[in-house]
Amino acid sequence: MARMSPEINAGSMADIAFLLLIFFLVTTTMDVDTGINRMLPPPIDPNAPEPPPVRERNVFVVLVDAQDRLLVEGEPGSVDRLREQAKHFLLNPDNEPNLPVKETIEIDFIGEFDVSRGVISLQNDRGTSYEMYIAVQNELAAAVRELRDEVSRQYFGRRFSELTNEEHVTAVRRAIPMAISEAEPRDIGGRR
Amino acid sequence: MGRFRKDGAKKNPKISTASLPDIIFMLLFFFMVTTVMRETTLYVRTQMPSATEIQTLERRSLVSFIYIGPPLQATVFGTEPRIQLYDSFADVEDIAAFIEAERQTTAEAERPLMTTSLKIDRDTRMGIVTDVKQELRKVNALRVNYSTLRGEVSVGGN
Repeated sequence: MARMSPEINAGSMADIAFLLLIFFLVTTTMDVDTGINRMLPPPIDPNAPEPPPVRERNVFVVLVDAQDRLLVEGEPGSVDRLREQAKHFLLNPDNEPNLPVKETIEIDFIGEFDVSRGVISLQNDRGTSYEMYIAVQNELAAAVRELRDEVSRQYFGRRFSELTNEEHVTAVRRAIPMAISEAEPRDIGGRR
Repeated sequence: MGRFRKDGAKKNPKISTASLPDIIFMLLFFFMVTTVMRETTLYVRTQMPSATEIQTLERRSLVSFIYIGPPLQATVFGTEPRIQLYDSFADVEDIAAFIEAERQTTAEAERPLMTTSLKIDRDTRMGIVTDVKQELRKVNALRVNYSTLRGEVSVGGN
C-alpha cells in the first residue's frame, strides 16, 4: 500500500500572511501632505505703469531680518504678539486715523459690511531662516482665519472652516480678504 | 418520512482553513498595490517646520514637489542647501524647465489647478527660497504650498 502523505497543516500559513500584512500596514506611511497654501504675486510686467501707491495707513509692514528679528510697523516685535497686532490692524475697531480705511460694501448673505482696505506686507531678508518665515506666515494666516471665524460665527453661526454653503464661504472671504502680500525681495543683510 | 441523517454522523465537519492564507494574501497584495511608496529618493534633508494654519494637499497628481535642504551626504556635497527636483540635484535655472515638464504631463484643463509643494528644511535661509519663488513667478506657477507639519509653531534658538 502506498504511503499516505501526511496532510500539512496550513493553519499557520494564515498567521504568517497576517504578520506580513501588519508589517506592510505599519511601514507604509500614507503620508498626507499638509502645508500653508499661498498664491505668489504674478510676475511684474516691466512695461506696466507704476501701480498707484498704497496709502501708508493701509499697510502693515512686517520685516524679518537676517537674525530672525521682527520689525512690526517700525517697532521691534515678537511672533507671540504678531497675531493680535495684525488682527487689531485689520479690524481697526476704534476707527483710528492711522489704521486702515474701511469701505462699506454690500455683500450677499451678510449685508452691509465694513471691509478693511488694510494690507499686510511681509518682507524678509535673504538670511532669514525658513522656520521663522513660516512662523510669521502662520501667525498672519491665523490672524485672518480668526477674523473670518468671527464674521462667520456672527452671521452663519459656525466657524469658517465648518461652512458648507459655497456662497457663504465666498461672502466671508469678501468680508475679510486674505490681504497678505509679499514685497519684492530685497537684499538687505547681504548674501549668506 | 425519509431519513436524512445517519446515526453517528452528528460530528461537526472540520472547516478547512486552507483558503484563509489566500484571503490574507489577497489583502496583502491589495495594500501593496494601493499604498504609494516614495517615488523619489531624497538626497537633501527636509525636516519641515510645523504650523497650525495648514491645509491638506489634494489631488497628488497635480502637485509637483521641490525639495530644498542641506544634502544628506554632507561629506560629498557639502552643507550648503541644495535644490532637488525629481531624483537629482538641480539649480535655480532648472525650475522653469521642471515646471514646464510637469505641465506637459497634465491635462490642459487642469493646469491652472497645479500646485507646487515646497518641501524645505527648517534651517534653510530664505535666500535660496526667494530665488525659487521668483523663478516660479516667472513661469506663472503661482500656487504654492509651503509644506509643514501639523503642530505648534516653534521658533527655535531665538
